[in-house]
Amino acid sequence: MSRDKTKLLYAETHEWVDVAEENGQQVATIGISDFAIEQLNDLVYMELPEVGKALDAGDEFGEVESVKAVSPLYSPIAGEVTDVHEGLPDELDNLNSDPFNFGWIVKIKITDASGLESLMDYAAYQKQCAESG
Amino acid sequence: MRNQQATKLLFEMSRPGRRSHHLPALPAGSETVTDLLPAEQLADAPPPLPELSEGDVVRHFVNLSTQNMSVDTHFYPLGSCTMKYNPKRNERMASLGGIVDVHPLQDDESIQGMLQLLHELQGMFAEISGLPGVSMQPAAGAHGELAALFVAAAYFADKGETSRKVVLTADSAHGTNPASAQMAGFSTKTVKSGPNGLVDVEDLKSKLGDDTAVFMLTNPNTLGLFDAQVQEIADLVHQAGGLIYLDGANMNAILGITRPGDFGADLMHYNPHKTFSGPHGGGGPGAGPICVRDFLAPYLPGPIVEEHAGEFRCVNPAKSIGRVRSFFGNVGVLVRAYVYIRTYGKEGLRKVSEDALLGANYLLSKVKHFLDVPHGDRCMHEFVASASRLKKEKHLSAMDIAKRILDYGFHAPTVYFPLVVDEAVMVEPTETESKETLDAFAEALFRITEESDDLIQDAPLSTKISRPDDVTAARRPILRWTDPAS
Repeated sequence: MSRDKTKLLYAETHEWVDVAEENGQQVATIGISDFAIEQLNDLVYMELPEVGKALDAGDEFGEVESVKAVSPLYSPIAGEVTDVHEGLPDELDNLNSDPFNFGWIVKIKITDASGLESLMDYAAYQKQCAESG
Repeated sequence: MRNQQATKLLFEMSRPGRRSHHLPALPAGSETVTDLLPAEQLADAPPPLPELSEGDVVRHFVNLSTQNMSVDTHFYPLGSCTMKYNPKRNERMASLGGIVDVHPLQDDESIQGMLQLLHELQGMFAEISGLPGVSMQPAAGAHGELAALFVAAAYFADKGETSRKVVLTADSAHGTNPASAQMAGFSTKTVKSGPNGLVDVEDLKSKLGDDTAVFMLTNPNTLGLFDAQVQEIADLVHQAGGLIYLDGANMNAILGITRPGDFGADLMHYNPHKTFSGPHGGGGPGAGPICVRDFLAPYLPGPIVEEHAGEFRCVNPAKSIGRVRSFFGNVGVLVRAYVYIRTYGKEGLRKVSEDALLGANYLLSKVKHFLDVPHGDRCMHEFVASASRLKKEKHLSAMDIAKRILDYGFHAPTVYFPLVVDEAVMVEPTETESKETLDAFAEALFRITEESDDLIQDAPLSTKISRPDDVTAARRPILRWTDPAS
């Protein structure tokens, strides 16, 4: 099933968040936006967290390196990492071309959903990108 | 046409049996390696080292050296790096017999001259920074950051304030700041810059608390701006019980004009390769001396040189965090800093900074007519322009400009740093450049902005290596030569 980028939530730091219910739990799938990838240029390296890592909203869960810079990845919500897209660092080409589906990075079981309130919808995020770009 | 022979890899030039030495034959009856070593210690075959004549080797390295740019061959406006020309006088002094032929394991009384030099240099670093405690052990600027943060951690531990675990860094900071904090066992939080490029004081206030250990500040900052709020910032951090760390990377801009100790800093490092003409780059050896306030001095790494009745000796501070480097660190770099400071003297050092400011502002006044400079018409010793508009209008990026400027015979400016400026082009001319050089560089930059994008996207066109594929180079680097025949 293809993810519709206009239906996702976005953090100021360019992560997208897709919240769904899995086995009675609120689970957030997180990636980085097409705008972030365009700004960073080609990605060359990615560091991922381990499954089981506990995160507070705003915590770093990994980093991406492009030919321009190294950028931390921030978790917009509090929770526990339940799944990691292990092969992704070896397929950064595919992340570049399909950030919203193939390019998911982690899944987080939400323990405190309050972080979701500060996220933007697609329209608000587009506005932020237009202002910064 | 350039002769390619001499710049082939040494392995490609290798021919079996070619030698640059002849060893005498072993006397008859000598034991061989198989007699002397047990079989399991012997390799199956000799290592596949290249076999070459002395001439091959010399030509190889001399030719390679001519393909690089350096401060001795080209203008090198690499922002943030302060690639000023280093006087050759330093090298002469640093290679005097009395300097190079002593050893740190000698008795103190037999190296009084060296200890006196180091003691005087400690005093100069203290005077220039306004911070009286000095340790010259760290071997690089980032090493100085790490050592100073260990000093801060030891200070807080001693006071029983173990909850102070957070180091704040500015979003325009050098990447080494948060990295050093992490390595020293702190967690980090980023303080935002306002639209004027300076610390957003409200954001700082919201992040201060009883967990605050240190705020690491670069002033002038990486945008080439002096943050005049620094006294207010220091007061806020001190009221919260934290310390101010001054990243001394940009000391070149304020020598003799103001002092970190006077504007509220508690700890700092110098980068002698930027400020005091130590050798630039190359991965070391370097030096990153640190200066601290009196109350932090007991925790400094030793040895520190003290004078008692005309005699110089090494001591370790009472509560020292221990050594961070063997002996005195890289003394050769410190000697160059000593010579530089003594050569210029008080007035001369102030003039160094004034000329660095003058050069940068002159260049800014020319460049702003064809590249946007988002943070104003005045700067300290460097400025950050943006290629953002050119990228939109002509698909010409900061990287394209950096590559093309090589064809004009200039080293590239720093690009994509600091991160707070889109398509950043960071220019630092330094105080050692003439008006003619600055004019020629500005002219070259202007011509590039007028050139066709096809041309520039393939640049550099005149260098031995054209534009490398940095994506593939980073994703799938080839780090060793393999014999195509094997």
